[in-house]
Amino acid sequence: MLLFAVAIPLAAYVIVGLTRTRRVPTDTLNYGLGLAALLVVAHIAVRRFARYADPLLLPCAALLNGLGLVLIHRLDLVSPKAQRSDATLQLIWSTIGIALFIAVLAAVRDHRRLQRYTYTSMLLGLLLLAAPSLLPARFSEVNGARNWIRFAGFSIQPGEFAKILLVVFVAGFLVAKKDALALASRRFLGLDLPRGRDLGPVLVAWLVSIGLLVRGRDIGMSMLFFGFFIVMLYIATERLSWVFIGVLLFAGGTFAAYHLFAHVRERFEIWLHPFAYAKTTGYQLVQALYGFADGGLLGTGLGNGRPDLVPFAKSDFIIATVGEELGLTGLMAILLVYVVIVSRGMRAALSVRDSFGKLLAAGLAVSLALQVFVVVGGVTRLIPLTGITTPFLSYGGSSLVSNWAIIALLLKVSDAARRPIPARPSEGVGRP
Amino acid sequence: MSELSLFLLRVGFLALLWIFVIVAFGIIRSDLSLGAGGRVVHPPARKPARRPAAAPGKSARRLVVVSGSLAGTSIALGNSPVTIGRANDSTLVLTDEYASNRHARLFPRDGQWYIEDLGSTNGTFLDRVKVTQPTNVPLRTPIRIGKTVLELRR
Repeated sequence: MLLFAVAIPLAAYVIVGLTRTRRVPTDTLNYGLGLAALLVVAHIAVRRFARYADPLLLPCAALLNGLGLVLIHRLDLVSPKAQRSDATLQLIWSTIGIALFIAVLAAVRDHRRLQRYTYTSMLLGLLLLAAPSLLPARFSEVNGARNWIRFAGFSIQPGEFAKILLVVFVAGFLVAKKDALALASRRFLGLDLPRGRDLGPVLVAWLVSIGLLVRGRDIGMSMLFFGFFIVMLYIATERLSWVFIGVLLFAGGTFAAYHLFAHVRERFEIWLHPFAYAKTTGYQLVQALYGFADGGLLGTGLGNGRPDLVPFAKSDFIIATVGEELGLTGLMAILLVYVVIVSRGMRAALSVRDSFGKLLAAGLAVSLALQVFVVVGGVTRLIPLTGITTPFLSYGGSSLVSNWAIIALLLKVSDAARRPIPARPSEGVGRP
Repeated sequence: MSELSLFLLRVGFLALLWIFVIVAFGIIRSDLSLGAGGRVVHPPARKPARRPAAAPGKSARRLVVVSGSLAGTSIALGNSPVTIGRANDSTLVLTDEYASNRHARLFPRDGQWYIEDLGSTNGTFLDRVKVTQPTNVPLRTPIRIGKTVLELRR
């Protein structure tokens, strides 16, 4: 599988080269060896630190990362400011991402250890989220959204890391309070509501994080946070009432946001009537839609389309590039690779024996799934567009690095789930 | 490089992408068929001598609570595993302060019943021996969980 994961991006790279310049790019071998070396190191780390881990997660993530690199490279070729190569930068970020991946694998010997840092991770997560709104706009504002920390030429999106930390917090907290949540509750209008003091910290963390994100005008992220909080509560308590509460709150929140914030209203307008704004605010979305249409079933072929017409094609709109150049067929394949990752995460959650691991894996998998849904749904005009990155594909260091950390944690949980129960070897261990 | 070969490359690339997906799903499928039971390690064939030579648990039909707050309760055993603990989704919900939420699991395999401790705080004891791995439970042998004692009966 890992070979595949190297071969496919390389093939893509060659095809881009052939289409653009009619020649096989001379540095194919270098890139190929580099990518292969990176993945082999990652693979050895998995074998070393998580021997029984899921065999599919790493190749899938690697494939998406590699394809993302090729797509960014392909967009680099046609971008006007040619001297700056985003693909190279992204390659550096991939290396950092895989380094962090290995570090997480090595440092987190047992995912249950993370449970001890429940409140630490909450504090850290909220601090990360708060940092951009506390810093002056000079350091934190990029394209109207204040969710960045810019520092010495680097810009990172702390929300991506806060996501992981808050999943750890919610998982740890809910496990500690599981009984209280499931048993002590009042019935209200046919719904079981837990006592305030059991849920207080989660609700506070939730409100604070959403509030911060809304203040930072980061709608996509706030949707993501909202989603995984609800799903984790639902998984922990096994109560359908949470889904109702979630849907109600979501409807209320959307309504309020629509009436309170002009930029939210604008997003809705663009979503409903993109062609009315085709020349102005809806330009990006309309171009993406044209791209999808141009791609059709089989796509225009890598290097043949004009995905560069879409602003931010490298980050938020990379799915439009996929849709245009690989067509519906390629897009579906990419989405299925995400499905594989998420389902493997869920599978780890189902089969791991401790409840903290269950919640952790489920939360991480759900946050990944929601992120893909929010951004792909936004670009394809299924839901209003909110700018967040497509995991692994998009250009963006913090997203890439944090997603590698997520994969590392999922691998760790799946390792615990699949590890055979220790048995005394002398006494005949057999399977039917 | 002609248009045709470029087209073939394009389709070939998509095919490659899909082969990846299909292989991935193939692995998932083989993993599923390996299935739930694949993880359970069989208990040792040779039983520790300390254990009484009771009748084999072959025909155990009931799980009876012998002592503890639920004394007298009995549940019928079928072919599905029985989870024991304080969590209210357990098959046998204990009201025992010394039991963990998910304390132990009793499961059938090849006509025998096995007990497995699920990482409980105070441990599960099969006839005074602490259960550290899935262990065969003979008939009428006390399983102690917290203050509760259970037995398999015919």
